Amino acid sequence: MSRKISYSSAINEALHQMMLTDERIFLIGQGVKSPWYVGNTCKGLLERFGPERVIDTPVSENAITGAAAGAAVAGMRPVVVHPRMDFMLYAMDPIINQAANWSYMFGGRLNVPIVIWGIINRGGEQAAQHSQVFHALFSHIPGLKVVMPATPYDAKGLMISAIKDNNPVIFIDDRRLYGIEGEAPKEIYSVPLGKGVIRREGSDISVITISYMVGEADKAAKHLVKEGIEIEIIDLRTTKPLDRSLLLKSVRKTGRVLIADVGWLSYGLSAEISAFVSENAFRFLKKPIKRIALVDSPAPASSVLEKRYYPNYLNIIRTAKELMRG
Amino acid sequence: MRYTKEFLIRLYRTMLRIRMCEESLVEPILKGEIKCPVHLCTGQEAVAVGVCIALDKKDYIFSTHRSHGHYLAKGGSMRELVAEIYGKTTGCSKGRGGSMHVCAPEIGVLGAAPIVGGTISLALGCALSSKIRRQKNVTVSFFGDGAAGEGVLYESLNFSALKRLPLIFACENNLYSTHMPIKECRPKSNIFEVGIPFGILSFRVDGNDVLKVYEITKEAVRVCRNDKGPVFIEFMTYRLRGHVGPDDNIQGLHTDIRSKEEIEKWKKRDPIKNFEKTLLKDRILKKEDLEKIRQDIEEEVKEAFTFAKRSPYPKIKDLRKYVFDE
Ligand SMILES: Cc1ncc(C[n+]2csc(CCOP(=O)(O)OP(=O)(O)O)c2C)c(N)n1
Ligand SMILES: [Mg+2]
Repeated sequence: MSRKISYSSAINEALHQMMLTDERIFLIGQGVKSPWYVGNTCKGLLERFGPERVIDTPVSENAITGAAAGAAVAGMRPVVVHPRMDFMLYAMDPIINQAANWSYMFGGRLNVPIVIWGIINRGGEQAAQHSQVFHALFSHIPGLKVVMPATPYDAKGLMISAIKDNNPVIFIDDRRLYGIEGEAPKEIYSVPLGKGVIRREGSDISVITISYMVGEADKAAKHLVKEGIEIEIIDLRTTKPLDRSLLLKSVRKTGRVLIADVGWLSYGLSAEISAFVSENAFRFLKKPIKRIALVDSPAPASSVLEKRYYPNYLNIIRTAKELMRG
Repeated sequence: MRYTKEFLIRLYRTMLRIRMCEESLVEPILKGEIKCPVHLCTGQEAVAVGVCIALDKKDYIFSTHRSHGHYLAKGGSMRELVAEIYGKTTGCSKGRGGSMHVCAPEIGVLGAAPIVGGTISLALGCALSSKIRRQKNVTVSFFGDGAAGEGVLYESLNFSALKRLPLIFACENNLYSTHMPIKECRPKSNIFEVGIPFGILSFRVDGNDVLKVYEITKEAVRVCRNDKGPVFIEFMTYRLRGHVGPDDNIQGLHTDIRSKEEIEKWKKRDPIKNFEKTLLKDRILKKEDLEKIRQDIEEEVKEAFTFAKRSPYPKIKDLRKYVFDE
């Protein structure tokens, strides 16, 4: 049965339901009992499952993430949360050197079924160290899967799939989405890793996007229709592995590509998609690919700069019109 | 009395200056005029002042998210601080960093950053540079009790002891790391003992007694200048405001888990009020003198706010300025 639920409650529900079904699952990280850190995503978990399975920790990202990976190697299925992606940088070694390589290094004899959950928390003049998103960096690493839900349905379904997967999965949500509501089944279901979805059909431009920018693309679409431009919105949902066939199908149809990312421009997701499309669908392209992403700068504090720093639906409208011109 | 009247007044004045500047931020924060996250150090002024006044201008400090006090005590300009918090180009970091990123290189404030423990190793390197260049400058690394959870502290303790670096580890133990009381973060609350296995001279003092803070730091500085560093000092103190903003309970989230009684108890140990009492009792100052000092600072604060509000915002075309030194 389906009903409306908020994005953050959907994550909460996934954790409750999965922890009930599988005793190997535990949640660990900074702030699991503090809504200041995690909103209501962890609500009721401590009360229900107790402090042995819901562990709030000292500020020790490296050791705690490593501990989660170690527990996973030993047969548990931990979810380790970082209430801000920026804090995960202390945990790069356990994530990239260890967890991501473990299966390969040991010839598939050992694996690391772990969800590494990093929350995007940006805006509000928080500046350079409290605004970053590292999906591209993690997607670069063989051995990591990376998901970034944009809707309550996907937030729940992808959290469930991430927990069920036998490999390290980076789950990235955005606090700006916590309040949005959408339909999602009450029961346990999965959104497959590596599968994107067409949010809106259109014949003119394939707008390939993810996470927060999906909603912005949707807003842009409503404006663009009035000008006779029909964009097709592709929500990648997973950045690694990439849903290549979905991309190709859409590009073949529209012949125009606009990529709207939530990360920096250079060497990022938009570059990867752009390369993939030009390698595999060049002859279908009517125009050079266009990209919307953050300028290559750390996040500024001053809101005057911040407003310009984060792209929104207006950037999509403007760029879409450029693509359709001439 | 071993101290001159001028010196005692300087201590008092510097503490009050920090207090009044911090408190003047409260209203604009609540009104939404200040948008960036502000971590007030109200209640912890004696640490900032006692430590920084024991330093020379050529000595260095590195700090955290709660850095206004350190910056002002070291001699940072109040108007540039307020302008930074308002996101203006005249701010100490040109409006790019906000409250959590203050600096004043000309007087040895080489940066503050909110990644917990993030500046400890930078302070380590700063002390190393003094050693390499055979300079007598001392570096102070300010960090909180929460930072004692990060592995980098222990790596830095070891290396600084190994190389006998002129580094003072200044741990402000205010008993909390956001929503976590220290007893949930450490098996024993004896942070100062962490340096002992490395052979580091270590102390714990009342961080709300500015003279004690000053005296222990003076000694630590002497030790460091004689090539006998590093030194570890744990200052026991308490923040009288919220973790971020004036009060963690009035900005939507009820995240201050501290009891009213505990806060009241610490209010009685207010470092400024108590020092004021001593000064009056010892007839260093009369009530009129206090009033005069207060008025002077009020003027300075007012002027700082006028300056900040009148200053220009950064220009959008300069969004990427300062990404590199060019
Ligand atoms: C690496 C990292 N992890 C988590 C945080 C979130 N965080 C911000 S302040 C803080 C508490 C720090 O406590 P403490 O060091 O005692 O400083 P205080 O706030 O008490 O001054 C935490 C955990 C962070 N900023 N950086
Ligand atoms: Mg603390």
